[in-house]
Amino acid sequence: MTTNSHVEAQILHSDAGHHGHDDHGGGAHGSLKSYLIGFGLSVILTAVPFWLVMAGTIADKAVTALIVLVLAAVQIVVHMIYFLHMNTRSENGWTMMAMIFTVIMVVIALTGSLWVMHHLNVNMMPMHDMSQMP
Amino acid sequence: MSVAITTQSSIQDSEPVFHVIDEHAHPEGASTMLGFWIYLMSDCLIFAMLFATYGVLGGNYAAGPSPKGLFDLKLVALNTTMLLLSSITYGFAMLTMEKSKIVQTQLWLAITGLFGLAFLGIELTEFAHMIHEGATPQRSAFLSSFFTLVGTHGLHVTFGLVWLVTLMVQTARFGLTEANRRRLMCLSMFWHFLDVVWIGVFTFVYLLGMLR
Repeated sequence: MTTNSHVEAQILHSDAGHHGHDDHGGGAHGSLKSYLIGFGLSVILTAVPFWLVMAGTIADKAVTALIVLVLAAVQIVVHMIYFLHMNTRSENGWTMMAMIFTVIMVVIALTGSLWVMHHLNVNMMPMHDMSQMP
Repeated sequence: MSVAITTQSSIQDSEPVFHVIDEHAHPEGASTMLGFWIYLMSDCLIFAMLFATYGVLGGNYAAGPSPKGLFDLKLVALNTTMLLLSSITYGFAMLTMEKSKIVQTQLWLAITGLFGLAFLGIELTEFAHMIHEGATPQRSAFLSSFFTLVGTHGLHVTFGLVWLVTLMVQTARFGLTEANRRRLMCLSMFWHFLDVVWIGVFTFVYLLGMLR
């Protein structure tokens, strides 16, 4: 009974191991086509924000900043897919899990810091007018 | 006496076992890729903290120089091009490695290294220029956080280059063995990851800095 289940476990494991080897985890190779698509998209997604800022095409700075940020986010996704070969299958989804966790941590750290410190700055402002207070 | 032994052994037999008694097979390097990916994610957190620091302190010029007077976007654009080109040439190195063409792989790795060196050279020129103008890390909170963030990225590229040269020597001496392929794939992830971080740097620091 014990040996039987052990053999079964080994078969299961070797099957999983073979599967893991097939797609080389997070570092799977792409094809020439996928690299070139990724490169082409990256060039466009880099050139456009530089052009927007350097030429000052859009007068409203807030709009320009928003577009630049969105393009950067898109380019990061492009790099993840075409250069880092991210997908939901590699390493049985564990690379994706690790990445989702990291993204959550990064978003909390960034928005949290900026939000809290912005409000701190705003609320510090009236300090300058203390002398005019009753 | 013999009765005592049998009782003891029967107790041992009946004791439940909660783990796999035999060590199951762990093929060499089977977990390297996942492990390296988790390292990259932890590195990502380091950069997130540095970005957050820059985001908070980036506007505190202490009556010193501001991004508009300091940054040269043409130079940054050139730098970005260098890093992007090195990313695609590393991709070509991976493709030729897959076909076991050792000379071509080495050639693409060398080209990648040269683009990496060009990136570092341009960045150091920029830093030297800034420091010459008095915009040192000590000048203001903006400059402290700027040099920490961009400098940390530059250090990563430097160590990536050291690693690249090491692997080229390894490949030249021992060929594209299974271990060397695995190492080259780890460096591939590292290199592309640095390019991803640079997207954040040129957007968050340089482009948004000019819009401030």
